[in-house]
Amino acid sequence: MKRISSIVDLENLRESILQKRGSKKTIIRLCLSTGCRAQKSVKVIEALEDEITKQGLQDKVAIKKTGCHGFCEMGPIMVIEPANIFYRQVKPKDVGDIISETVLHGNVVKRLLWKDPQTKELTNTEHDLPVYKKQKKNISYNSGKIDPTDIDDYLAVGGYSALGKALTTMTPAQVVETVVSSGLRGRGGGGFPTGIKWRICSAAPGDIKYIIANGDEGDPGAFMDRSLMEGDPHSIIEGMIIGAFAIGASEGFIYVRKEYPIAIDHLAIAIRQAEKCGLLGNNILSTGFDFTIKIDRGAGAFVCGEETALMISIEGRSGTPRSRPPYPAFEGLWGKPTILNNVETFGNIPKIISKGSDWYSSIGTKKSKGTKIFSLVGKVRNTGLVEVEMGTTLREMIFDIGGGIRKGKRFKAVQTGGPSGGCIPISKIDMPVDYDSLREAGAIMGSGGMIVMDETSCMVDVARYFIHFLLFESCGKCVPCREGLKQMHEILTNICEGRGEKRDIKILTELAHFMTTASLCGLGATAPNPVLSTIRYFRNEYEAHIYDKKCSAGVCKNLFEYVIDEELCNGCTLCKVKCPEQAISGKRKEPHRIDVQKCIKCGICFSLCKREAVRVK
Amino acid sequence: MKIPIIVDGQMVQVDQGAPIIDAAKKAGIFIPTLCYHESLKPYGSCRLCMVEVVQNKQRRLVTSCNFPAEGGMEVFTNTDKVRQIRRMVVELLLARCPDVPLLKTMARQMGIKSSRFKKREANECILCGLCVRFCEEVVGVCAIGLANRGIEREVATPFKVASDVCIGCGSCTYICPTGCIEMVPDEKTPRLRIMKMGNHPLSPCPNDYQCENCSIEQEFLKDIKDVIVEFRRSYRNSER
Repeated sequence: MKRISSIVDLENLRESILQKRGSKKTIIRLCLSTGCRAQKSVKVIEALEDEITKQGLQDKVAIKKTGCHGFCEMGPIMVIEPANIFYRQVKPKDVGDIISETVLHGNVVKRLLWKDPQTKELTNTEHDLPVYKKQKKNISYNSGKIDPTDIDDYLAVGGYSALGKALTTMTPAQVVETVVSSGLRGRGGGGFPTGIKWRICSAAPGDIKYIIANGDEGDPGAFMDRSLMEGDPHSIIEGMIIGAFAIGASEGFIYVRKEYPIAIDHLAIAIRQAEKCGLLGNNILSTGFDFTIKIDRGAGAFVCGEETALMISIEGRSGTPRSRPPYPAFEGLWGKPTILNNVETFGNIPKIISKGSDWYSSIGTKKSKGTKIFSLVGKVRNTGLVEVEMGTTLREMIFDIGGGIRKGKRFKAVQTGGPSGGCIPISKIDMPVDYDSLREAGAIMGSGGMIVMDETSCMVDVARYFIHFLLFESCGKCVPCREGLKQMHEILTNICEGRGEKRDIKILTELAHFMTTASLCGLGATAPNPVLSTIRYFRNEYEAHIYDKKCSAGVCKNLFEYVIDEELCNGCTLCKVKCPEQAISGKRKEPHRIDVQKCIKCGICFSLCKREAVRVK
Repeated sequence: MKIPIIVDGQMVQVDQGAPIIDAAKKAGIFIPTLCYHESLKPYGSCRLCMVEVVQNKQRRLVTSCNFPAEGGMEVFTNTDKVRQIRRMVVELLLARCPDVPLLKTMARQMGIKSSRFKKREANECILCGLCVRFCEEVVGVCAIGLANRGIEREVATPFKVASDVCIGCGSCTYICPTGCIEMVPDEKTPRLRIMKMGNHPLSPCPNDYQCENCSIEQEFLKDIKDVIVEFRRSYRNSER
């Protein structure tokens, strides 16, 4: 690979790559990110390669192993260019038809097209998919389009042009001011204005400064950072180089959790390629600016996503947060001024630099600019990643993009921001999503996880689940977080197991407010959010658990019974056959009964019954 | 550089950037703490020393052990919010360590009759980290550390095997505010010492536990004892 030593070189290289690719080849884009790999997309790739060799089509067809397309529910996902035909849930046995029909004759294979569950209409092409139509793909645009392990692909879509612009036509101060006026806020959850952070750090005294990208995404149900690192690692690197130039750093770190091996792999490849091209290293683009990036792997502690704990972890000690001040912008990694931003924040930077801050600030709401990637998971039909403009309502995200709730159940709540976020009920579903409205509703943006829950979720149990997660992920340094979570978990377990007392809600609220004000770091301060938000919106469920000893969702096993509605039961015997405890009795075509003494409440009969005759009482 | 700050209505001259807790001490105001020690770096883990600070017209709650004093700052050490936080900290710690005399005294002073929270099995360590930090910062050997995270956090030797760097100075036993660290001879190998909390083996005693006659540690012990005596005195003052 030739070293790029000036901006002219960069543009020439881009030209030559584009020219080389001008040929009219059919390109098959197949997702190879973690989600689709779990659906065996590697097997599909192998079958595809075999088939192409067998038919001798190497000159006509190219395979592109891309990152996440976003529609993870339907993985493995395949798109065939130039017609952009979209195939879902592709299996190795479908490959023969794809090559013979679509590639050679231009016909679509109907069974692989996406079908609307309501209208039964088929969609041929990627851009006609309703899931994508309401999205505004900006940061995640390249992921799913380019091969993340090939820098040429990134250069072909205009990559590193923002870097060229920043390094050759702007001063560091101009870069900082552009980011400030764009209104970009940190995508890791806190929502602190990125530009202001950079301004503070660039003014901080010191020769050595560091820049860190936080890829330690640990929230249950969140995977947008992973997908970005897997699918478009160069955009993060480009953003970091621009950031380093703005604050005057010469060394950078990307902190990725070890549980993301593909992300680490792709980032390492991308760094190596950028180094070979001279986009990282000494004298970048002959501007005299030096910058290197190292990857640091996290060892699995959730708390290491907190900025001070992350820096301590990079230093080689066990990751526990420390008090601020001093703020990392003055005293961070090894006591030097340090900037830490989420990987998605860095993904925004090249776009802001190349398209300008006015363009960026025209997207979004008054106080939250730009687009945000959310991971939509839980009881929603179209799980996956969605990127929408700030201010899009929850209803649009869950019902229009997400396709509504699975199995025709009713929406109950959505948990935003991971374990430190809150549950937002149906009454707030038309709320525009941005940093401030979420905070007002008792939740947080977090890194962008959205767990959708339906009527079969018990909100007390949900709160208990998240508190239990944090109980083992808290670092255990400060008393409010360590002991507070312990006691909170104790009380919530009591409520869920039918030992709830009248005073419990009051104590929980008191404890939650105490933790919010007295905890050392953000983890402890936001940890009670699931409890506070569920008490705020679902107080009746807490009261039903405590006073009536009833769990209407049928989750807390001590607090409900399964009964069979005699009018609805047609005596199909399905439940009787499948019951592991032989607790169901009854003759064929006659209503069945459940023996409460024998029933272990496994819920098999409840989920099996086609007539919904099994009920929670 | 000396700067004036106001602590509970009293003007005090303190070094710029010094912790508020020291400024308050100058003004004769006692702020309770369990993890702060003058000869150690502030840690901010017990949250008992929280005070309200008004700075640039902003009022907020901070830990006085590590929040730097700055000119024009006003500190309130005994407001409703502060008292509420302290009560809750003590209540939670009392549930963790129901039999520790220091916590019982603190609870009595704050008018807490009993903790509303579920008591845990006998535990005396409040995880203030004083022993660990003293070993690292003053003694300079890092024989013990804080292992695990969350509710499983504990003071331990690395990998819970016999420490080969422990010099047996005993500072951890002296500095512990709850008295939960005691070094006792190991039953199987009597020369080996066991840190009673969690049974962590430390280095063998070179002088058969005759501390008073031990020339190696005599001088070192004296220095540490002075520091500890001062530390304990500050608690006694609070009880008055």
